[in-house]
Amino acid sequence: MINTIWFLMIFVGIIYGAFTGNLAEINNIIIKEAGEGVTFAIGLIGIMSFWIGIMNIAEKSGLIKSISKAFRSIIRILFPDIPKDHPAERWILMNFIANMFGVGNGATAFGLKAMKELDSLNINKRRATNAMAMFLIINMSSLQLVPLTVVKLRYDYGSQNPTEIIGMTLLATSLSTIIAIIIGKIFEEGDKC
Amino acid sequence: MLEWISIGIVPFMVLIILTHGYVKGVDIYNAFIEGAKEGFKTAIRIMPYLIAIFIAIGILRGSSALDMLTDLLSPFTELLGIPKEILPLILIRPISGSGALGVVKDTISHYGPDSFPGVLASVMMGSSETIFYTIALYFGSIGIEKHRHTLKAALLSYIISIFITIFICSLYY
Repeated sequence: MINTIWFLMIFVGIIYGAFTGNLAEINNIIIKEAGEGVTFAIGLIGIMSFWIGIMNIAEKSGLIKSISKAFRSIIRILFPDIPKDHPAERWILMNFIANMFGVGNGATAFGLKAMKELDSLNINKRRATNAMAMFLIINMSSLQLVPLTVVKLRYDYGSQNPTEIIGMTLLATSLSTIIAIIIGKIFEEGDKC
Repeated sequence: MLEWISIGIVPFMVLIILTHGYVKGVDIYNAFIEGAKEGFKTAIRIMPYLIAIFIAIGILRGSSALDMLTDLLSPFTELLGIPKEILPLILIRPISGSGALGVVKDTISHYGPDSFPGVLASVMMGSSETIFYTIALYFGSIGIEKHRHTLKAALLSYIISIFITIFICSLYY
């Protein structure tokens, strides 16, 4: 499916660009965005190393373990396939927490670690497991509690009450996450390995 | 208060983790180095996936095909109760986070931050994620090719959440 979407994005873009005389622009975009991908990945190295390093300390000191104990039952319901005490549990939890508090690059670092740990439980290395799918579905439903970027934007544009959206966003985010979990579970059932 | 939390969260997390580790007698310096070595490998591994997704997003946005798509779709989506002003955001949100933020900015500056479209755009931005980027990056990082139901489920819940968000905002407004 991502195959098709990737194709369509480029196909529609180039065809439409050709009809509207934007082809020169597309040449520039290809060069620019290819470079952007490299810059972005390299830019991630520092902050990613930092977060994985910090979390390695928390892992060794047993801090993450005690935190994940508190949330064990939720993790068990969402990811029944992960064996008890497997490291994947902890990285998933850290990813959720970082997401909730809007520590974006931390969330990415933990999320990639979580995927790696989930992959160690995977028999067929090319195929996503239920746990991986559920993990990403929850991530993509947005977990952030307070959308600070948006609040700041509203403030900058002279809103009478920039923070009034927080309550609504929290409600929308919680509902969308619950729905995402339910939908994920339904699809899981309909697509047994 | 909010600003204080957002500024304080990272330093305090670091402080707590380091203190806890130090008190527990962990060799924190070497534990950090050991973990940090992984950052480099991970970042390099995800690079090709980033390039692929960035190029596709760039071409689609740069060609202004999304504007055409908005005009094309708006008569239908309005029948479903989706305000026309919010359609560009709905289309770009799953594809590009920075693109979506740009659209939110446009919406807010055009209609005003406290108008219905302004509030709706703000809430929608805060309660959704960049779907394609996340899938490409996370699955890419471990070489998964068969994504199974992941994208379907994510898109379906995104669509449902759009209607929920519109409902919540119209209750408030």
